[in-house]
Amino acid sequence: MTTSRLLLAIESSCDETAAAVIREDGTVLSNIVASQAALHEKFGGVVPEVASRAHLERILPVIDDTLKAANHKLTELSAIAVMTEPGLVGSLLVGLTAAKSLSWSLGIPLIPLNHIEAHIYACEMQASETIFPCVGFVVSGGHSNLYDCRSATDFQLLGSTIDDAAGEAFDKVARILDLPYPGGPSVARLAETGDPAAIGFPRPLLHDKRLAFSFSGLKTAVMYEAFGVPGSHKSVPELTEQRRADIAASFQAAVVDVLVGKCEQALHHTGHKTLCVGGGVACNQLLRERLQRSSTKRGYRLELAPGDLCTDNAAMGAIAWRLFESGKFADWNLDVTPGLVRAGD
Amino acid sequence: MNSWSFPSQSPTDTRRLGELIGTNAQPGTVISLVGNLGAGKTQLSAAIAAGLGIDPAEVSSPTFMLIQEYEGRLPLFHFDTYRLKDIHEFEDLGVEEYFYGDGVCLVEWGDRFPELLPPDLLRIAIDICGETERQFELTSSGPFSDQLLDTLRAEN
Repeated sequence: MTTSRLLLAIESSCDETAAAVIREDGTVLSNIVASQAALHEKFGGVVPEVASRAHLERILPVIDDTLKAANHKLTELSAIAVMTEPGLVGSLLVGLTAAKSLSWSLGIPLIPLNHIEAHIYACEMQASETIFPCVGFVVSGGHSNLYDCRSATDFQLLGSTIDDAAGEAFDKVARILDLPYPGGPSVARLAETGDPAAIGFPRPLLHDKRLAFSFSGLKTAVMYEAFGVPGSHKSVPELTEQRRADIAASFQAAVVDVLVGKCEQALHHTGHKTLCVGGGVACNQLLRERLQRSSTKRGYRLELAPGDLCTDNAAMGAIAWRLFESGKFADWNLDVTPGLVRAGD
Repeated sequence: MNSWSFPSQSPTDTRRLGELIGTNAQPGTVISLVGNLGAGKTQLSAAIAAGLGIDPAEVSSPTFMLIQEYEGRLPLFHFDTYRLKDIHEFEDLGVEEYFYGDGVCLVEWGDRFPELLPPDLLRIAIDICGETERQFELTSSGPFSDQLLDTLRAEN
């Protein structure tokens, strides 16, 4: 029987309802994400993806299942951690309210977590030595954020997107090329048979001094390439299977060029020797390979979040133990912060 | 019901239109943005935000977050229905409270669930006419939006 303390982490910032039981040494005893098939079944079909009402229905069963899977009881917990930013207001509030109720009724501390910082911390969870200090990069459907990470409790935003996030660009290009959602994997799959040099798409802001991203114009360039510029007399080649694959591959190459280039720029800017990458787009194979190559060539250490921790989950709430150590607890006035805190705020 | 066409040759023209709208928006103004991918909905939104005194660099696409809120001269609520599957998901966001509140609401892909939008609103349809050329069709649909449209035309 271990005497190590336990905490429960709750995540409900966007589409997934998730909970995890995590031991003080960082071991994740259980990690349940409610987009899993078993839970869909439990609620009789497909669970609505976005509504906070869906979180409301799922949160207690998810917490119960998580405790059961860890083989522990609520009364054995020493703290409750919850993602309070950023995300959808209604969704975040469901997680926060559940966390506050548990923390109050059990008389144990409440620890607020930043969802994006937790994504970076996912790299720490499998690293052989600490990742800090490092440049943290979270690249997903909602975010393309670079951080100066000095410790598990000190993250400074260096830059983010000025329009669309990288994953969002993948989703929208998938729509243009008539590929299924989510766009990341489907564009990547089609790109395998295409020529990444077929079309010279723009690399937005790649050579800009600012640590910022912009993918909206690239998406428009893809549309013009596929269907032509409206009002222009210049005809475009027929959108054959090969042509679609070439567009997908060339688009992916452009996005990856920018992502890798900006990571290198952030490393140079901060002087850090470690780069940590998390978020859904971090699953992209081309991005992973290109980062590996960049790391070898430039001599920095690269830590990529493990695949199952790239998408939304509560296990990355393991960061809560680091906040616990520093006594970063919240009181009952704790509220959600749906929007992103921008660089320079 | 009233309408007004605004041809834009460049992002600069689009910015001017957006700022004009933001400057003249009133508490309760609801704007529905309609146009294909790449039409410039987020770009127009950023300019409307600028007209409300919000730093346009802060305004990013709301596709993923579904609603983004900004504090300006009036609060701006920026919605996107692109990712929503059906009207219930839109309703579940509590959109009616926003639409009938005291802020300015901007709905990208507003034509996807028109039945949830208030009847009196400013609809802006964006047509892509060339690489940088866009045609904006502004249509009002009630006394409140009529007045806004008249002001825009007069101030332009």
